Amino acid sequence: MTDSTDITVLAPPVRDRSRVQHPKMGMRDLFEEMVSGLLGRPARLVLTALGTVLGITALISTLGLAETAGQQIVSRFDELTETRVVVSPADTGFGGNEGTSSIPWNAESRLTRLNGVAAAGTKSDVDISGALSRSVPVVDPLGINEHQISVIATSGGLLDAVRGSIRTGRFFDNGHNDRRDPVVVLGPAAAQRLNIFRLDTQPAIFVGEQSFTVLGIIDDVAREPDLLNAIVMPDGTAREFFGLNAPAEVHIDADIGATQLVAGQAPLALTPDDPESLRTQASQGYTAVRQDVEQDVNALFVILGAVSLLVGGLGIANVTLVSVLERTPEIGLRRALGAARRHIAAQFLLESTVTGLLGGIIGASLGVLVIVAVSAARDWTPVLDGYLPFAAVGLGALIGLIAGTYPALRAARIEPITALRSG
Amino acid sequence: MTVDLEEAIAAGPPTEPPAGTPVIDLRELGRTFAGPPPVEAFKPSNLKIGRGEYVSIIGPSGSGKSTLLHLLGLLDRPTTGNYFLDGIDTGQLGDNARAGLRGSRIGFVFQSFHLLHHRSVMENVELAQIYNRMPRKERRQRAERALQRVGLAHRMDFTPRTLSGGERQRVAVARALVTEPSLLLADEPTGNLDTEMSGEIMEVFDGLHADGMTLAVITHDLDVSKRAERQVRIVDGTLREQ
Repeated sequence: MTDSTDITVLAPPVRDRSRVQHPKMGMRDLFEEMVSGLLGRPARLVLTALGTVLGITALISTLGLAETAGQQIVSRFDELTETRVVVSPADTGFGGNEGTSSIPWNAESRLTRLNGVAAAGTKSDVDISGALSRSVPVVDPLGINEHQISVIATSGGLLDAVRGSIRTGRFFDNGHNDRRDPVVVLGPAAAQRLNIFRLDTQPAIFVGEQSFTVLGIIDDVAREPDLLNAIVMPDGTAREFFGLNAPAEVHIDADIGATQLVAGQAPLALTPDDPESLRTQASQGYTAVRQDVEQDVNALFVILGAVSLLVGGLGIANVTLVSVLERTPEIGLRRALGAARRHIAAQFLLESTVTGLLGGIIGASLGVLVIVAVSAARDWTPVLDGYLPFAAVGLGALIGLIAGTYPALRAARIEPITALRSG
Repeated sequence: MTVDLEEAIAAGPPTEPPAGTPVIDLRELGRTFAGPPPVEAFKPSNLKIGRGEYVSIIGPSGSGKSTLLHLLGLLDRPTTGNYFLDGIDTGQLGDNARAGLRGSRIGFVFQSFHLLHHRSVMENVELAQIYNRMPRKERRQRAERALQRVGLAHRMDFTPRTLSGGERQRVAVARALVTEPSLLLADEPTGNLDTEMSGEIMEVFDGLHADGMTLAVITHDLDVSKRAERQVRIVDGTLREQ
């Protein structure tokens, strides 16, 4: 150790010897000390951040999967329910035919002009005063071939509005309606009871004493199953022969997501002068259903995520506290070198906050990966609110900050003598 | 000669302390630890160490050496008397100001080195300057000069783990020098070193003394003590000039 004397000596101190300089630390230095403090013990950093990583992963993946599952349930939700709108008079019972309905006869053409309406048609139960129906012209005294079958009057578009299909023949159209032709279409059950299976013989049926030509036989309907066991005739025909006053209700097949819109517009389109006289029945819309499903699923998983986060936060607090105890000599050294208590507190607080932040970043990334992986495996469409991963990162940092507060204050309170002695 | 603190602060631009102001001026300074039972670890004493002096404070274990070191290093507060450092009455200062004085006017050398093992030698030396917001460029230049001064310019990028005990202590000395303190305060600087390495450190101290640095070395080692130009003995908490 002889070389030391050969080297140029330090410049003589030229500075204030009479003033007290309060310790100051730049943000960059604080940041570098934090980085060095964390990276100097990489294994500890990983273990400390692990709690937050797990908590945030659990939170993000559960929230995302709940959202994804909610979306999935909706897409599988009965589409029929989601597209059904029924308009009926407000002051009568649903499906009633009291003659007070203000629904106009041209309801179908008024509604099909609206955006979001795929098909529409009126539907009314016809009062036939207990008349029996038969398929043979002769009145059978035993009544074997006579049946009590309900009669329903509709407009030409109803079959589409209830998503029905024809097995044989055809459904009547608005021409039949306007001309008040004596024609009917039979529901399959009604056709069976009336022993009508073929139309090439141009069969006719009798309702009471009035004969009607059978135009077709319904195969099936997706809605309004009472049509399957009924004799269905045009509105005009029902007006002509049975004195139907007005349509009892209008059935609308709306586009997906348009039910609320259509339900709002339909009364105005039907009775512009008195829209209040009508009421509409429509599904809540998939948004509401999805929210319900999400809320149910979220409530459970958010609790699980929150518990995981709490454990993660306690993990950070615990390890930071242990770290403070272990680094007591370093704290003493820094205090001896001029660090104020606030510098010590700031460094530990920053370290724990950044640990939480890192845990948040990794956790949010893993959470998104979990959502994508599960969705891929189940053939779902992954759905996650865009702000959630970022909020989760912030949450991680906040947990680190809160968890680090007590250890940091404790570190700041350590007396330098105690700290140096422990080294 | 003392300097009024408020006056000094109000004085504004940096000024040197008046000529002849001792670096250390203890006036009936004492430290008693509240018991039970109360222990008078350092009895009220007077001590002046002038600028450029090389003083050793020697005493057996339990004589009050560490208590005196902590008082001199502003790591502890006395229960009686006054301590003037560079003419500043340290008793009037709050925690922050004392930390500031430690960082700017006292360089510590500890028996157990107290180096950060995951940082490089250069970073360890620079560490002493981060709490007084020294510009980074100047900080680095000063650290380089300090490491050259202790003969470790070639070890700047090493970590302390790769150095010998003597080299580690020289890093600690460089760290103490880098702020150009008024006082270099060493606590058993050779306590963890063998004879050869102790010699290295003592040579560094001799060189610093020759350059005009004020040194106070606290030791129980007679050989170390003898290297100083002035020896003060501490026995049962009482100081005695030799």
